[in-house]
Amino acid sequence: MSDTATTTSAIEDALAAHAAAFSGSMQPKTQDGIPVVRVPRDQVIGFLVAARDDAKLRFRLLLDVTALDHYGQPRDRFDVVYHCYSFESRTRLRVKTSCPERDAVVPSAVPEFPTAGFLEREVFDMFGIRFDGNPDLRRILMPEDYEHFPLRKDFPLEGIEPEKVYRKHGGVMMPRATGAEPINGARSDTP
Amino acid sequence: MAFEGGEDGFAVTGPLDQLLAWARKNSLWPMPLGLSCCAIEMMSTIGPRFDISRFGAEVARFSPRQSDVMIVAGTLTWKMASVARRIYDQMPNPKYVISMGVCASSGGLYRNYAVVPGVDRLIPVDVYTMGCPPRPDTLLNALLTLQKKIDKGNTHASGNPRPAVVGLGG
Ligand code: SF4
Repeated sequence: MSDTATTTSAIEDALAAHAAAFSGSMQPKTQDGIPVVRVPRDQVIGFLVAARDDAKLRFRLLLDVTALDHYGQPRDRFDVVYHCYSFESRTRLRVKTSCPERDAVVPSAVPEFPTAGFLEREVFDMFGIRFDGNPDLRRILMPEDYEHFPLRKDFPLEGIEPEKVYRKHGGVMMPRATGAEPINGARSDTP
Repeated sequence: MAFEGGEDGFAVTGPLDQLLAWARKNSLWPMPLGLSCCAIEMMSTIGPRFDISRFGAEVARFSPRQSDVMIVAGTLTWKMASVARRIYDQMPNPKYVISMGVCASSGGLYRNYAVVPGVDRLIPVDVYTMGCPPRPDTLLNALLTLQKKIDKGNTHASGNPRPAVVGLGG
């Protein structure tokens, strides 16, 4: 392990070189010391592949794909964030890219990292960001005919009920139990 | 309803609807729809310590076709909602529903995009159960309440629903 492990500064130098090659830049590190790189979205897969294939870096494991919503801020609305891990140097890497609301599309990492399939589906389900090239971009957590994206900041906290689920069952939506028996924990015989 | 007879046996006589209600309420086979943590308490209720079989409901059937009362035990998500409704639709009439715990009854502490705010949005409920989770005593109380309801014809199945909310009981 130790002969392949490289020092933190060597990793950062290599990352900075790759970031520059993909028109990106190094960002301030996270509080726990994870290097952060920001690249334009059309370059992000290229950068991930370069960080994976570089013999010094070997960020082979795509840990997570997630997103941030900067609703109401004067900037591109969505950040898509990739987390990678290198078994050789036992370090992590965070890669960020951004996309505007009108054109919320990011190239898919699935051709290079098959594990990204479900992760991108979750980001699509929660934020409505589409991944160009994902072969199976369906909802994964919400019902398939749901019409909203729950983790967007303009989505109401208490949720929006999927009317389609009601309609599918012939409008069996029941009236609430108001006017039924009084709530009474001490009495059980309320038939 | 009356028991008639002597030493060589007896017969039960009475109006048909009363006899049917008597038979139904004492053999309520549950369909355990265990969705999350409440299901653990439901298993405990079915197990030997609390022993739901004392009330004729020991045969927990995981096939909706063979069950009478659906115990919705846990958090119903919208993803699961259609499945729960389909299971309910597959149960033969007359069928009853106990909503176990605050999650099933109202969504409970999950007021968010993922959780159905009460299974009565999709499934008619006869008895709501308080608690997070309800103790097995509460579930037994719900079952006894349902039995009384069946006796009196106050269920969705008999067309005169009067849902009850039960707690531990006194
Ligand atoms: S009511 Fe409480 S115990 Fe029951 S499913 Fe909800 S959170 Fe779990």
